[in-house]
Amino acid sequence: MRVKLARALAPERLDIEDDSHRHAGHAGARPGGESHFRLTIVSQAFAGKSRVERQRMVYALLEDEFKAGLHALQLQTLAPGEGR
Amino acid sequence: MSNPVFERIKTDISDNDVVLYMKGTPVFPQCGFSAAVVQVLSHIGVKFKGINVLEDPSLREGIKQFSNWPTIPQLYVKGEFVGGCDIVREMYESGELQETLKTKGVPVVAQ
Repeated sequence: MRVKLARALAPERLDIEDDSHRHAGHAGARPGGESHFRLTIVSQAFAGKSRVERQRMVYALLEDEFKAGLHALQLQTLAPGEGR
Repeated sequence: MSNPVFERIKTDISDNDVVLYMKGTPVFPQCGFSAAVVQVLSHIGVKFKGINVLEDPSLREGIKQFSNWPTIPQLYVKGEFVGGCDIVREMYESGELQETLKTKGVPVVAQ
């Protein structure tokens, strides 16, 4: 996941946190984990794009992961200079 | 493109100003992300129709294809896709969500 995102978006910042343990026992959770992630991505690729467009870019890159059981992403997608 | 599920979605989002595709119901959400969006909408005081995708597997898959968005919840306002939980929350915090509803002429009851 990290490699795919890094290759496609050349991010200035890419934080990936596995949140699966917090969703254990819930319908989308899997025994092996790796179902729920929290991502923060800062990339020039997001500049001038809407929130929906940005998240669609990330979802498109991770299509295979969703097919393989990825269930939920909490996404913060920022262009350089934006954000908190 | 005459997928019956798509037709149903089109009808729902054109007949209702605000539609939330969610897991569970507004009174009893069955997913933390769906619950978070319900909470935002309730707090703003906007009326919405909650549609429980867990009741219908074809709708659960169909809405993902229809919106080109792989996760639930999904919020529609006046027939237009707004986003999922993160986007709704960000827009609420920045005031954009309230602004969007106002611009689109959706009545909001101030709390």
